[in-house]
This record gives sequence, structure tokens and C-alpha cells, in this order.
Amino acid sequence: MTFSEYFVLWVGGLLTLMIFSFLYRDNPLYKFAEHLFVGVSAAYWMVVAFWTTLIPNLFGYLYPPLLGAFTSSPEEAKMVIDNLTNIHWYERWLRLVPLVFGLMMLTRLLPKGQWLARWPMAFIIGFAAGTNLTRYLQSDFIAQIKSTLIPLIVVVDGSFLLGPTITNWVIVFGVISALIYFFFSKEHKGWFGGTARGGIWVLMVAFGAAFGYTVMARISLLIGRMSFLGEWISNGFGA
Amino acid sequence: MEQEITFMEKMLKIDRRIIFALIALAVIIPMMMNLQFPVRPSPIVKTIFEKVESLPDGSIVLMSFDFGPSTVPENEPMGDALLYHCMLKNHKVCMMALWPTGEAEGQKAITRVITSEFPNKKYGEDYIMLGFKAGNQGLINAIFTDLKGMYTTDANGVDINSFPMMTGVDNLKAFDLILGVCSGKPGLKEWVQFAGDRGDIPVAGGVTAVEAPLLYPYYPKQLLGLMGGLQGAAELQAAVFDKYPQYEKYLINCSGATNAVRNMGPQTVAHLVIIFFVVVGNIAFFAQQRRNKRSRME
Repeated sequence: MTFSEYFVLWVGGLLTLMIFSFLYRDNPLYKFAEHLFVGVSAAYWMVVAFWTTLIPNLFGYLYPPLLGAFTSSPEEAKMVIDNLTNIHWYERWLRLVPLVFGLMMLTRLLPKGQWLARWPMAFIIGFAAGTNLTRYLQSDFIAQIKSTLIPLIVVVDGSFLLGPTITNWVIVFGVISALIYFFFSKEHKGWFGGTARGGIWVLMVAFGAAFGYTVMARISLLIGRMSFLGEWISNGFGA
Repeated sequence: MEQEITFMEKMLKIDRRIIFALIALAVIIPMMMNLQFPVRPSPIVKTIFEKVESLPDGSIVLMSFDFGPSTVPENEPMGDALLYHCMLKNHKVCMMALWPTGEAEGQKAITRVITSEFPNKKYGEDYIMLGFKAGNQGLINAIFTDLKGMYTTDANGVDINSFPMMTGVDNLKAFDLILGVCSGKPGLKEWVQFAGDRGDIPVAGGVTAVEAPLLYPYYPKQLLGLMGGLQGAAELQAAVFDKYPQYEKYLINCSGATNAVRNMGPQTVAHLVIIFFVVVGNIAFFAQQRRNKRSRME
């Protein structure tokens, strides 16, 4: 094990213990680890955004040699610069629009002229809505309705299948009753109210399943940390 | 009766640190004892295995690593099992990431699975890492029609057209299967919405347990198969092991967090402890309610 691996192992082990110490009670060691994590995360995402978005998608287009300067070989630099230079000037200089919009977003920090930030925000919302609307409509609405239109009596090759029949009934009743529960234009009385109450049960079962999965996720993370601590104990205290 | 109720009251006021300690012990002791339970693949996971199994040799598979270090215990075993299975079946795997942290996780999977277990596989011919690009679902949208327009190079900056396996792979429709190993947004849901449904491309994969209930509605028509959390990963590992016993060597040698089958031991014991506390807590709650009702009547 190299010194850097050894160092990383120790830092990770000690920081894990500092975070776990919160389970006993709040303390300065926990606070230190928490603040360190927040600071490192913020810096990491800032650097990632700069190198994966601003440089390749903005500054590289406006000034191709800049992107070429950050490549690993002269051949790669030539290819990158050639690719960008061959793009029509109109396409390259169009990138000034997001640059201006980005600067307008920063006007929120100024004492005056904060209204300028509404323009890029409107663009972002409009773009996101336009991009997502059709896909959500197709995948989460139409396709989901299609998936609910299933036979309530399942017969395959002339033989009745009880299991899939029960499954299909649960799906159809579950969807309809949950939808009725969220329908508030009619008073929840009589058969309508009964079905809505059935919908509550369906929702409760769904929440229970989600809770169970969440517990599994958290325990999985705990197992991961414990595995790491085991590695730390077995390797970190060696010769 | 009085004693029983006092005990129940104590259970309701139990110090949370005792519960934390018991959960820790429920995880540590089975790990030290290497306690394992049999894992059988469920139909929703088996379909992923069967799809990879049924694709002809040389099929082009896209694998997207859309997770980061925080969910490695859940996602890493999924990704490794999928990659191992694809390599066994001689599929050509094109890897990418919608998350910046996903590229590093993909590179680690290459080292763990391909470099050590399949040293004869060649980069650019049998597998490739395209890396991360910003854009979330916008990236899926873009590569749906023009993959090489977005990825002019691989993750190492080498011209994408110089790799034999990328010949003719111009957009997402060129892929026989899309496999997502995801932990949030953008993730498997976006792959279903922006690639699978749009291009009628088979999509399958694994997500963290927290995310799994949100993906179930897409199965089986929009999502071929789904691995939900550690259990899903363990089921796929079990399916691969059942068919290919040589997978055991990898499972034995891999680090603690990567072996999902082994980690289901402590997972099961921890769940039993939690179920115990849920049951006891409810009994204590109702017992207290009954006592309060009686005291009001007296």
C-alpha cells in the first residue's frame, strides 16, 4: 500500500467515525466533518461545472485554442481545434447568448437590476417544460394508461391462470381506487367513499413498501461504511 | 398487569442510542461471522439476466453509470455484475455517464471487472468509456439522434471514429440494449422516457432502493427489468453465479461492498431487528392507549 493510499484510508476512517459520533450526540468533531464535507462538495461541483460545462461548451467554442490547451496530446489538441474551427461561425458565436444569460442570472446578487435575472430563468423554465412535456406525456401518462388496460381474467393457451388474474385485479383496482381518493369534486360517500377508502389502503401499502426500501437503502450504506471500517482496521494498522 | 404496562412504557421511551447500537451490532456480527442466506433471482431481475444472455455475441450494449460514491454499496455490485455478464457473453459495451462522478465509477468497474477478469478484452474493440457530458436528459435527447456529435472523442480524448466497435454506432438506436446503473435524477427514469419509449429500445438496469418504488410502474412494458437496491444486485449476482460458476472467484476476491450476496446477510439481520422494534413499538403504543382509556373510565 502506497503512502497516499494509506493516508486516504486513515482520513476516510477518521471522518467516518467523526460522522458516526453524532449518533451519540452532537459534538465538535461531527461539526468539523460535516462542514468539511459541505465545503469539499461545493468546491467539487464548482470545479466540475467549470471543466465540464463552461470550458467545453462555452469558452472552447468562443476561442478553440483554449480548449486545445487542456488536451493530453498535440494530436488531440489539433483534432479538437479543427473540429471546433470547422463549425460554422454562427453556431460558435451563438454561444454568447447563454453567456449573456448566465451573467444576467448573476444580477440577482446586485442591489439593483435584479429583474434581469427573470429572463434567463424564464428561458430555463420554458426549455425544461418544452423538453420534458412530450416525454412525460408519452411515458408517464399515455404509456401508463396502456399498462393499466390489462385483462381481468388471464387465460393462456385455453387454461385459466389464477396468479396473473389476481395481479391484474390488484393493479386495476389499485389505480382506480387511488385515483378516486384524489378526486375531490364529488363527496366521498356511498360506493364512491368506499372505493376512496380502498384507495387510502393502496396508498398506505405503497408508502409501506417505499419505507421498507428506504430502510434497505440506509442499511446498505451502513454495510458499506462498516466494510470500509473493516478495511481500515485490517490495513490501516498494519506495518 | 401493572408491571407489563411499565415495561411497555419503557419500550416507548427507549433511548434511540440503544437502537443505534443494536442496529450496528446486527450489521457487524453477521459480517464478522460471514452469515449468508440463499438468494434466488426474482422475475423482475431474471428478465435482465435473460436479456443479456439471449443477445447474440457481439451485440452492442450501452451502460450508463449514473451514480456517485455515496451509493456505491448499492450500485457498484449491480454495475459489476452487468459488466461481468456482458463480457462473458462477448457483448461490446459502450460506457458513459450522466453524472460527473459516474465516469470515475465506470473506470473503477473496468479495472475491477475487465482488466482483472477479462485481460484479453481490448479497449475500443470490446469496450469503450465515453465519459461524462453535461446535459442530463438533454444529453440523452441529443445522443438519441447524434451520438458522435456529442461524443467526438472517448473519455481519454481519442477520436471516437478511430475505435472499431463504434463503427456504425451513430445514435442510440444502434444499441441492442441500454443498461442504467443509477441512483437518482438523471437516471433510469430518464433513460426510459427519453430513449426507451422514444426509440423502442430495450432499457433495463438497477437503481438504489429509495428510487426503486418510483420505477416499478414502468415494469414490464417500458422497463425490461429492474434491480432494486442491494437485494436486486444480489439477485443478479446469484443469477450469473448459477449459470457461470467461475463468477464465484470474482465474488470471493472482490472487496466487501461489491459482494451483494454476502452483504444480504447483515441486511437481513438488521431488518429483523427493525421489524422487532416496529412490532414492539406498536404493541407498546396500543397498550398505553388501552391503559389511558381505562384510567379515564375509572
